[in-house]
Amino acid sequence: MSERSERTGGAAAQPHRREGASGRVLRFRFDGREYEGLEGDTLASALLANGVRAVASSIRLGRPRGVYAAGSEEPNALVQIEEPFPEPMLQATTVELYDGLVATGLPGQGRLADRPDPARYDAVHAHCDVLVVGAGPAGIAAAGVAARAGARVILADERPEPGGSLLGTAETLDGRPGREWAAEEVAALAALPEVRVLRRTTVLGHYDDNHVIAVERRTNHLGAAAPADVARERVWRIRAGRVVLATGGHERFVAFAGNDLPGVMLAGAARTYANHYRVLPGRRAVVFTTNDSAYAAALDLADAGVEIAAIADVRQAPGEAWAARCAERGLEVLTGHVVTAAKGEGEVSSVEVASREGGQAREIPADLLLVSGGWTPVVHLFSQAGGTLRYDEELGAFTPGETRQAVEAAGFARGVRTLRACLEDGAEAGRRALAAAGFAVPAGPAVPSGTAVPSAGEEPAAAPAEHLWLVEAPGDGGDYGTHFVDLQRDVTVGEVLRAVGAGLTSVEHVKRYTTAGTAHDQGKTSGLLTGGVVAHALGVDVAELGTTTFRAPYTPVSFAALAGRDRGPLHDPVRVTAMHEWHVARGALFENVGQWKRPWYYPRRGEGPGEDPGEDMEAAVLRECRAAREDVAAMDASTLGKIDVVGPDAAVLLDRLYTNMMSTLKVGSIRYGVMCRPDGMVFDDGTVIRLADDRFLVTTTTGNAAAVLDWMEEWLQTEWPDLRVCCTSVTEQWATVALVGPRSREVLARLAPGLAVDNDSFPFMTWRDAEVAGIEARVCRISFSGELAYEINVSSWSGLALWEAVMASGEVTPYGTETMHVLRAEKGFPIVGQDTDGTVTPQDLGMEWIVSKKKADFVGKRSFARADTSRPDRKHLVGLLPEDPGVLLPEGAHLVETSALPEPPVPTLGFVTSSYRSAALGRTFALALVSGGRERVGERLYAPVGADLVPVTVTSHVLYDPEGARRDG
Amino acid sequence: MLLIACPWCGPRDEAEFHYGGQAHVAYPEDPAALSDEEWARYLFFRDNPEGLFAERWSHTAGCRRWFNAVRDTATNEIHAVYRAGEPRPVIA
Ligand SMILES: [Zn+2]
Repeated sequence: MSERSERTGGAAAQPHRREGASGRVLRFRFDGREYEGLEGDTLASALLANGVRAVASSIRLGRPRGVYAAGSEEPNALVQIEEPFPEPMLQATTVELYDGLVATGLPGQGRLADRPDPARYDAVHAHCDVLVVGAGPAGIAAAGVAARAGARVILADERPEPGGSLLGTAETLDGRPGREWAAEEVAALAALPEVRVLRRTTVLGHYDDNHVIAVERRTNHLGAAAPADVARERVWRIRAGRVVLATGGHERFVAFAGNDLPGVMLAGAARTYANHYRVLPGRRAVVFTTNDSAYAAALDLADAGVEIAAIADVRQAPGEAWAARCAERGLEVLTGHVVTAAKGEGEVSSVEVASREGGQAREIPADLLLVSGGWTPVVHLFSQAGGTLRYDEELGAFTPGETRQAVEAAGFARGVRTLRACLEDGAEAGRRALAAAGFAVPAGPAVPSGTAVPSAGEEPAAAPAEHLWLVEAPGDGGDYGTHFVDLQRDVTVGEVLRAVGAGLTSVEHVKRYTTAGTAHDQGKTSGLLTGGVVAHALGVDVAELGTTTFRAPYTPVSFAALAGRDRGPLHDPVRVTAMHEWHVARGALFENVGQWKRPWYYPRRGEGPGEDPGEDMEAAVLRECRAAREDVAAMDASTLGKIDVVGPDAAVLLDRLYTNMMSTLKVGSIRYGVMCRPDGMVFDDGTVIRLADDRFLVTTTTGNAAAVLDWMEEWLQTEWPDLRVCCTSVTEQWATVALVGPRSREVLARLAPGLAVDNDSFPFMTWRDAEVAGIEARVCRISFSGELAYEINVSSWSGLALWEAVMASGEVTPYGTETMHVLRAEKGFPIVGQDTDGTVTPQDLGMEWIVSKKKADFVGKRSFARADTSRPDRKHLVGLLPEDPGVLLPEGAHLVETSALPEPPVPTLGFVTSSYRSAALGRTFALALVSGGRERVGERLYAPVGADLVPVTVTSHVLYDPEGARRDG
Repeated sequence: MLLIACPWCGPRDEAEFHYGGQAHVAYPEDPAALSDEEWARYLFFRDNPEGLFAERWSHTAGCRRWFNAVRDTATNEIHAVYRAGEPRPVIA
């Protein structure tokens, strides 16, 4: 608490604060000036208490704008919090005041924070029998009935305290302030074991099967005092058995000249500021209304000390009881009158009122103009949930109609007017929810005894509203340039009329043409008004026009909240191998392959500062390649996908999925295989190891491991459920070291003295179980480089020990994925997903030999007989040698036939898929997919690179050791 | 997000499932016997109705089983779920 906590807000400090307001004094800055407010204020109420009228400026026209509403429907008072943490585009009406708040008004749009957000955000999944959205009278009544019968209930409300409309109206229940009743009732509910009350929680979206997304603002209101270990915001993902939408209503305004001036305010909002925040939004007010509700606002403001200069009512007959009360108080009621203009320099200083019959307009000095164009039920969530809307003639607004979801609206959200009726309606909704959830519905009176819904205070009988959208103003020059329908988008009646004049007759089209309703506030106050003006211009009924589509989110939500904990290192799982820490210590650079971190290359570190900068990537990769081709090198190959395929029909399954024959593979042997999709396009490749008659170990590419397992499962479950096969991912159970190079046999022999490593005992494409460096291992003679090579597989637990043993003598060079890519490319081995893209057949890759002629069928076979797969102009995998051996082609570069580019469109023959510098070839080279490529070997093509056309020669895709002489060492 | 009743696990969030397209499109008995057009029809042609649609789902983040569902593509309502291999139920 500040040392000034005992002080109450003085009249001098807060000139518009009502007498007797008390609470802790909070200090804040707005637009560079120091102010004081009171605990419980929003930034909007605190600014009004200080007499700040213009809070922001409008986005297109730069007009000054003041506080217009008192809640999340605010279209005008957009602010940016600068301290303690920058946050853009907030409504001053929903920012709770705290000590040390620094904010600025915005010109319609904000600025992103220029520093990382240190706060934590999280998410929670929740399930309940009944979700009640809105803790106003109807919501509290519904939640009360459901909760007391034992249902699991979540009651969510966007404001810091429950009560909804009761907070602003100061209505009484059983003679007590409604606010007190709401607080006590909700506290009692929160104490029940199956009830969760979520304050400061906005339900943003209502999706299929009552999946509801809400955001709880947990510490935003604490400012710098927010504890660091509590999430600032929390996303609630709620699956509700039944949803009761007690979301109340939004007041709307009327289109007249100057209806955006600071000092023009919704009547209900002004009532809330006076009653709830103890703030007078002006000194002398004119009230402009189409319905009875503004009378209550006028009387409350008069009680609070605001001079009510006149009430202009568009109707000839307001509610009799209201008229009588005004007469008692001496308030002038001008029936059949409209406000034709709000006038003033930068804020309201007078209001022009005229009879609808015509005649001389009267200008009334005033600094406040309260407007009520009627109330619109908040049907956003109902509509998002797939519910239809219907027009309520009496209300002049759309209310919920039919829905197939287990959701209903209650209280004013479905057009129920009076407080008493809303309480009863809420209780009824609670009972229906209970019944639907299978609970015994309490019998007898409307509500359980002892917790009776208090009898609401007497409400005067209402007179019907008149639905006036637009005050016609010939005096405005006829362009309706300051008759705003959407304050946030600066859309005027003039623009709506232009849209209609251009032939747009649907509200959806007018919305897109004018942007009305598309702003941050999603047209909460303007949507129906826009429709009303369109209807007026077309001479049709609003009911016929309907509404624009309601979309989530109901109010803006920060990306940080949606991201929750899924950012930074937790954005995506990171998979590392058993040898990872060694790679890190050795200074490897890493490449992301799927979720795996793979060593990319291991640059030799510099010896000291300045003298020796160490290796760059090019030097490191050339050195690693040379070691693999001329000496001995090792790579961590643990990330390759590995699937155990087990069962009496395992060989049958593999025969059907691979293009080549796997059933003839002998136990102890290994075969390379390619899988295609039914359309004949290559899907994955890898090796198949036969461990036993009924057991194979299949390897996949690193990125495709999960997809291949899914592929096997899909065929087994959906097409061949008769096959007795089990597939299990064992990728993470094995660690693998690829030992490569002419000296690899010698190194293996030393590490595995019990293993006969000579070529006859251990030939190419076989595997042996052995002890390697004292570790149980399975050694495979497989080569992805063309060199003599082994893959040593051990349990993941022993992966690091094996790697360290291989590296112990210092003679084995570690290499990374870049070198692996160069080595395999020199041999013309394609990488699925790099040299293929889902449009490439094995034949296109020059791998006719992998496609069995003997098998009756396998997945993809029939497609090889399609005309399309034997077109001579299909793209083939070929090699490219740039004529300048120092030029490295960019991957993705296109290839053309001519040495000068013709007029576009330029016919392209194909593109580069892989491109490297080769130590073995002493030059650069590339792989490419080229139309009719195999027939073009020896041809010169050109690769447009920047402004140049780089000449290249087409070659076979196998550039190194085409005879395969190096395989056996 | 849909709530999908896996026939093996019960109702779970849609995020646990993968979509598998139209159901009851069997791999042809003898692909070699088909004309190019018939084979292309199997490969590339699928129904896209507005209304009831029998489709495949896989409970990938759960039991990993494939099953079928009849969903109304206009309302997202799932009228039936049934195990792979079972006939499409008649929806009244
Ligand atoms: Zn399941």
